[in-house]
Amino acid sequence: MREAFDMMAFVDAAYLLTGVTTLAVVGWCWLAMRRAERRREESRKP
Amino acid sequence: MHFYANPARFLKIARWLTMPLLLVGLVLVGVSLVWSYFSMPPDRLMGDSVKILPIHVAAAWLGMGGWTTIAIASLIELVWRHPLAAIAARAAAVPGAVFAFLCLATGSIWGRPTWGTWWVWDGRLTSMLVLLFLYFGYIALTSALAREGASSRIAAIFGLVGAINIPIINRSVVWWNSLHQPPSLTMGNSAIDAVYLYPLAGATLGFSLLFGAVVLMQMRTILADTQAEARLRRKAMVAGEGQ
Repeated sequence: MREAFDMMAFVDAAYLLTGVTTLAVVGWCWLAMRRAERRREESRKP
Repeated sequence: MHFYANPARFLKIARWLTMPLLLVGLVLVGVSLVWSYFSMPPDRLMGDSVKILPIHVAAAWLGMGGWTTIAIASLIELVWRHPLAAIAARAAAVPGAVFAFLCLATGSIWGRPTWGTWWVWDGRLTSMLVLLFLYFGYIALTSALAREGASSRIAAIFGLVGAINIPIINRSVVWWNSLHQPPSLTMGNSAIDAVYLYPLAGATLGFSLLFGAVVLMQMRTILADTQAEARLRRKAMVAGEGQ
């Protein structure tokens, strides 16, 4: 017997996973960069 | 090439490039994915699951592109001792691993309704999984070397040797029988209809710009950490000599 799939549920899952993962990586890299550059500025202070 | 070997010169360019790459990439990805989600008609064989392909193809391209970046940067590091090459290679590893993971995950989600299975151990899927494990190994190795302050030459050799997997992934659907379809896009040729091709091209370009932005952000992070640590160590030495 052929299984019936709601294709859009799989499409939604793929889009959600991609959106969340991409934004998480971009946000994490941005925050890490800001933190590291702030630390470098602080290390310049006498 | 040695013009950009100076970290100060590189940082000036990177600061100028990061934000435009990030914003244009986010907008292009957003527009392309909304376009493909709402406007792509169902395919005769794949049905609505064809809407997953712009993500899957872009992720596959960047998963392999990430390791190609590592291999090229590693070669430059080993041959020309370019000081930023090791940093560029290390910076490409995390986004490369993320896209390799997204390629496998979206491929699996696409495969369940289309092939009737989440996973098959065929050449294409297995070699892509090997690529993800190579990324994990490379990230662990470079983190350990950076923590110990050791030379990154061993990581560069790992990066070059791992590149053997890239042509294997690319040719796997030609060399072995596979559930995965053969290449639909080759140099100058496309077997994909324009209605599917344009959102796919938009998403690939958008994710590529985001990949570039993430690599630049990672490089800036590594450079800033290195410079801050060097300064703090110098201050500690001066304070120690003064006592």
